[in-house]
Amino acid sequence: MTTSYIGERIQRLEDPRLLTGQALFVDDLHLPQMLEVAFLRSSYAHARIRKIDTSAALKRPGVVAVYTAQDLGAYWQPGPLLVSPPPTIQRISFNTRTQVALAKDKVRYVGEPIAAVVAESRYIAEDALTDIVVDFEPLPAVVDLEQALLPNTVLVHDDLSSNLAAHVIQEKGNYFAIKDQADVIIRRKLSYDHGAAVAMENRGIVADWDAKSQQLTVWDTTQAPIPIMNGLARMLGLSENQVRVIAPFVGGGFGPKIMMFYSEEMLIPWISKQLARPVKWIEDRQENFLATTHERLQIHNAEMALTKEGKILGIHDIFLHDTGAYDPYGLTVPINSQCTLLGPYHVPNYYSEFSVIFTNKMIVTPYRGAGRPQGVFVMERLLDFAARQLGLTPADIRRRNFIPPDQFPYKNEIIYQDFAPLTYDSGNYAPAMDQAIELIEYKKFVEEEQPKLRAAGRKVGIGIVSYVEGTGIGPYEGARVTVGASGKVSVATGVGTQGQAHFTTFAQIVADVLQVDIHDVFVVTGDTLKMNWGCGTFASRGMVVAGNACYAAALAVREKILKLASEVLQSPKDTLELSKSAVCVKGMPDKKISLGELAVRANPLRGAVKPGTEPGLEASAYFGPASGATANGVHAAIVEVNPKTMRVDILKYVVVHDCGKVINPMVVEGQIHGGIAQGIGNAYYEQLVYDKKGQLLTASLMDYLLPTSYDVPRKILTGHMETPSPLNPLGVKGTGEAGAIPAASLFVQAVENALENPKLEICEIPMSPNRLFELLK
Amino acid sequence: MSNLFPITVTVNGTPYHREVEPRLLLSDFLRHTLGLTGTHIACEHGVCGVCTVLLDDRPVRSCLMFAVQANGHRVTTVEGLAKDMEHLHPLQEAFSEKHALQCGFCTPGFLMTLIAFLHENPNPTEEEIREAISGNLCRCTGYQNIIEAVKLAVSKMNAAKGK
Ligand code: FES
Ligand code: FES
Repeated sequence: MTTSYIGERIQRLEDPRLLTGQALFVDDLHLPQMLEVAFLRSSYAHARIRKIDTSAALKRPGVVAVYTAQDLGAYWQPGPLLVSPPPTIQRISFNTRTQVALAKDKVRYVGEPIAAVVAESRYIAEDALTDIVVDFEPLPAVVDLEQALLPNTVLVHDDLSSNLAAHVIQEKGNYFAIKDQADVIIRRKLSYDHGAAVAMENRGIVADWDAKSQQLTVWDTTQAPIPIMNGLARMLGLSENQVRVIAPFVGGGFGPKIMMFYSEEMLIPWISKQLARPVKWIEDRQENFLATTHERLQIHNAEMALTKEGKILGIHDIFLHDTGAYDPYGLTVPINSQCTLLGPYHVPNYYSEFSVIFTNKMIVTPYRGAGRPQGVFVMERLLDFAARQLGLTPADIRRRNFIPPDQFPYKNEIIYQDFAPLTYDSGNYAPAMDQAIELIEYKKFVEEEQPKLRAAGRKVGIGIVSYVEGTGIGPYEGARVTVGASGKVSVATGVGTQGQAHFTTFAQIVADVLQVDIHDVFVVTGDTLKMNWGCGTFASRGMVVAGNACYAAALAVREKILKLASEVLQSPKDTLELSKSAVCVKGMPDKKISLGELAVRANPLRGAVKPGTEPGLEASAYFGPASGATANGVHAAIVEVNPKTMRVDILKYVVVHDCGKVINPMVVEGQIHGGIAQGIGNAYYEQLVYDKKGQLLTASLMDYLLPTSYDVPRKILTGHMETPSPLNPLGVKGTGEAGAIPAASLFVQAVENALENPKLEICEIPMSPNRLFELLK
Repeated sequence: MSNLFPITVTVNGTPYHREVEPRLLLSDFLRHTLGLTGTHIACEHGVCGVCTVLLDDRPVRSCLMFAVQANGHRVTTVEGLAKDMEHLHPLQEAFSEKHALQCGFCTPGFLMTLIAFLHENPNPTEEEIREAISGNLCRCTGYQNIIEAVKLAVSKMNAAKGK
């Protein structure tokens, strides 16, 4: 009998550790002689630093050292540009300005680190922050995106001629040539404000330089331990072999933990090396709001040309994108917006132009969705307004524009964030819409329930939206699979894990290939000592890229197992089968050898290993997809708005989702639930509010509202579709961001429908009860 | 700064005598002085519930208390719920079965809040469960599966009582 774990709702192998408080998070580390660091951060959004006096801090008992930019010497360097602008885009300009470890002459956002205090405890380090005196010369702050490019505006970077960080134009067809043929033109200004990822675990780093062994060990809440290892080796002038980076259990990532190098990430290892003692820094929640990257502010001026039947002829969109004070993450986010805007629809003509703006705010890098929610918002809103004008239902207008299933692979002609032309590998959109309509009982609601409830004075509404998501991009990930003498299987992969169930899903894949009990498979992620080639966990790519690497490595080990077993059992390979951690001759269950025994034979202490044979039952494999796998979905919801308070209750929420082959449906649903909650937070509760001086007014969980158990959908029904991706052997597509991408667009459509006010048009995210009252006035 | 106060706190049944600064938070005392790192902290301003422990069987936010205030009291942390990983509390089992945790960082706080809640209200309705966890933030799960897990735990605990 063959065991099959792939596709099953397997309970997670990592749960017992997490449920009993035994899982190691970075802040749980206690090393002998460990020092702790607190950062003095800028209280101004924009100011020159005239002088820093740290002498009093140094005198405080328990303080070991205080560092400013001056003390860093040659180590003071702008951080690396993580993602260069796509060389494949023709009309592009980009000004690289990356963050530094400690601000030198000028601060550019509230929260920018100026000095690091190292002390025997965090309590003492924080006391000493108050001893430091900084002489600032405040400057006007660049906050408003639309004013940042006006002449005579103060410059965030003095050496540039304006606050323009980048400018990109991408085009498909010729919008200007077809505009005149349109029956209808829908033109709107649409904006999307900043939100924060707010992983429950704040960032943190522990670095331990051991002078005797000349080894640096770093524990980091990063989503990308291998690039951190490589970068630290380069910055500190060490060989990669001297640096081990471990991302242990990480309490939520959602994008900002893929950013590197944060100032603290450059500094803490350097300090440990200076003092030859372990050093710890753990971010507090206020620092997390001020100094962890965030995302989403864009302002679009968009227009859509349509026929009177509701067919899209073309789209013209010009938008501004806020990158904050620096732009280390290149153009990933705005290019995602530009590309994802096109959605599952056939848009023959597209003109898209964006400007990226430097402002005096924290740096912008991907947050779950990474520019896609904004693109989807623009497209879905334009379709909503067009449908209203043409008297179509939201479902109808979308159906009329879906790319038909025989058009795949579908080429969109513009360049995606992975530098490759945007091509949808596969998809089947109309059935997803049909299934969503059925699950939400659209017809019944609109024809029977809604009129009844409305007659009773209740404001109930329905919405439906669709989207695509480019997932699982390259470059590559690796995995090493080893069968040990005990018969246990170990899997090591470089991607970090922040709750995605990698310990279970990767084990499911390997257990199936090797036909072992899943509890005999032990997965290690995010420890560069165990796997030192790879990239990281981002862009919904863990399962697509690392999952396929695990699969390839397991297949290679299986080959080795069969080859050796064939010699031992003296039977050709094709007569053998793997079953229950052993190999046997088909039909002769007694003629068998266990995997553990084979592992011992593959690694003998005496005798000769045949030339060309590698020792052990081990294989490493890498997987790099040529381009991303395109997932898609349809979300629908029924909401009720209380007209007195504008409280919105989500009575029913339906997701029909196609992420190709599903390894563990329970895990996929969990990812979708969490994404939806974040999307709803984004739509109605969460907003990073900056005042004119660039002060963040919402830097605590009292002011920045996360959705609670009351604010999320009462019920989420999920319908899975499976259009396997042809781009990878497992046929999987990513799913990590799927919930978050369309939720806000859906939320506002349903709220508009509930409020039955023909004049109400929601053109901005987030909404809030206050803002709704204002719009209805 | 050597004004240290001697305190005795009984954590998960073990009495600990320590000398602490009066400003030391209970959360830091548990995590750093005693090394019981299962209790997590995420905001240190009382909003998220991640740091919840039981003080004499009632849920408290350990980031909002000083260690000296726990002097002479009993504290239960997540480490006190199960003998080992093979013998989970029914609530822990239900969390795993219903996939009520992803990164697991918030989970100790939810468990401790719910232990106290289920003690007070062993047969809650769904709305009561929703209310009971409304002071705990989770950024990963969207809460649906947490509510399902509590329902499952209730039936498990009732079945165990019935035996
Ligand atoms: S850490 Fe105590 S309530 Fe958030
Ligand atoms: S499981 Fe990650 S915060 Fe709740």
